[in-house]
Amino acid sequence: MRKMLFVLPLLVFTAVMFAQSGGLASVDGGGCFIQSLTAEDAPNDAGGGIDLTWTVAAGTALPDSMILERFDHDGIWSPISTLAPASGRKTDVGLDNDQEYSYRIVPFYNGAGEEPCEAVTAVPQKQWIHTGRIGMLVTLTLISLVIFYYIEHGKRGGKIYIRRIAGLTAVEDAVGRATEMGRPVMYIPGIMDMDDIQTIASMVILGRVAMKTAEYGSPLLVPTCRSVVMSVAQEIVKESYLQVGRPDAYQRESINYITDDQFGYAAGVDGIMVRQRPAAIFMLGTFYAESLILAETGRSVGAIQIAGTAMPSQIPFFIAACDYTLIGEELFAASAYLSREPKLLGSLRGQDIAKLFFMIVIVLGVLTATVGEAWEPATKVADFLKTITRVE
Amino acid sequence: MRLAIPLMITFVAGMIMILQFFVPATQPMGDSLQEWYMIVASAAIFLGAVNLIQVHTHKIRFKLKNWKYSPVTLIGFAVMIITGLVFGIEADLPFDYLFQQMVAPMAATMFSLLAFFVASAAFRAFRASNWRATLLLISAFVVMLGRVPIGSMIWNKIPLISEWIMQYPNMAGQRAVMIGAAMGMVATSLRMIFGVERSYLGGAD
Repeated sequence: MRKMLFVLPLLVFTAVMFAQSGGLASVDGGGCFIQSLTAEDAPNDAGGGIDLTWTVAAGTALPDSMILERFDHDGIWSPISTLAPASGRKTDVGLDNDQEYSYRIVPFYNGAGEEPCEAVTAVPQKQWIHTGRIGMLVTLTLISLVIFYYIEHGKRGGKIYIRRIAGLTAVEDAVGRATEMGRPVMYIPGIMDMDDIQTIASMVILGRVAMKTAEYGSPLLVPTCRSVVMSVAQEIVKESYLQVGRPDAYQRESINYITDDQFGYAAGVDGIMVRQRPAAIFMLGTFYAESLILAETGRSVGAIQIAGTAMPSQIPFFIAACDYTLIGEELFAASAYLSREPKLLGSLRGQDIAKLFFMIVIVLGVLTATVGEAWEPATKVADFLKTITRVE
Repeated sequence: MRLAIPLMITFVAGMIMILQFFVPATQPMGDSLQEWYMIVASAAIFLGAVNLIQVHTHKIRFKLKNWKYSPVTLIGFAVMIITGLVFGIEADLPFDYLFQQMVAPMAATMFSLLAFFVASAAFRAFRASNWRATLLLISAFVVMLGRVPIGSMIWNKIPLISEWIMQYPNMAGQRAVMIGAAMGMVATSLRMIFGVERSYLGGAD
């Protein structure tokens, strides 16, 4: 339960209502072609931005172009942008917070500047809460609480049922098969860098697979597409071999960097597959167009293949070419499933409850939006559901 | 301490990235972290290059299996680096010429292999071995037919049916995968940020 306290700050932010805006300044155009010019602090930013909007007066001659000018701290009007009269909107960025800025528009007819329209002022300020993300913050906080609750539930020894995932059950068989055949195991962690959550999940699974290869004494090949992924993979595999008590079997050079180029990497990995003929191939992480090139080559060398990705466009290719495929969330469940640690399994239960919540929201949303066509109050429920799930 | 410091760094960095999404005032902190990551990644490129050279020189020195490919890799690597450093990487210079005339066609060749792999994978996937595979075969056939002119020549409703399959059953399936994956991402991130998952540090328990 102590860990749940860390989530409380998130809840506090939901209670903090919007930081004061920099004020809204507006003028009528007077004799100018601009009907009204408005300047206000740009919303939901870290400061330094002012939104300018204007409307063109009906029945007036439009200028060929117009220049937006800003009154600087050193006391002169400086042009900041040339605008089309009908564009209606411009955001000035890179300003100092809590300083007043004035703007005016100078129209140009036949290349000659006319009398500028009346100036407006605004003060850029930073905001402490993103108003377009409050609903998501509340939803995410609740989901986090549910996940932490089930992690604690798992720690206390509560019974948690996790359905069988064929692809993960086959991991041990795949490594065992490679050992029996005297051929290596290949692990491909996708083509993205360590700032991608799928690569992070893949690295965690690599640790589990490396423990199996260390136990069975099978060589493990990890060709990587990014230098950072290579460094992380080397550390993870080394730790796994240490944990199993086989540091002598760890071979640093078998976890190597190929290239950052997508198809260069595919060519390199295909070459390793054809030459080394691994008996088991794991493809877990983020994949793009190279997915089928890798999976079909792996199939052609007779390897048992376990793939997993959260990229919807690549899942059909893996299903067609691999023996087992982890679809979307199963990739993220793999580490918990393989470790069988109660606290990790608890997080899977929390994840499922969160998914149930979204299923209910979707069904309710469809129903209320449909019923709302005939019965007004239902629309309000639909709008509320839209608010809590919308992200700007 | 071996576990505590990495866990603390993960927690602080993770919380900053969450906060900067919901609290605009903290965005500069998030931007700084991302710049730090770029610096670390840039430094790690040298590690990658060193690893590449080590692996291939080792193969050449001990005449390991298939060592004859390694000089090709090392020569290509050296030529690209030298031309880039000496002449620069702008258009119409030797580096750009090598990239446009060698690297790009080789990448295109690999990409074009997809056409053949798609055909062989489709052949296996579309075998009508059970009712689900038959359903897949029929829907794939309709979608493909709806995307070529002959489809509408056979029956003008085929492109509409094709579009309906793509926009409704297909889209629903893709969104279901994405929602499930998003939940997995949230759970994985929380496990890492709060130190529940620590196997990657070598401390599973």
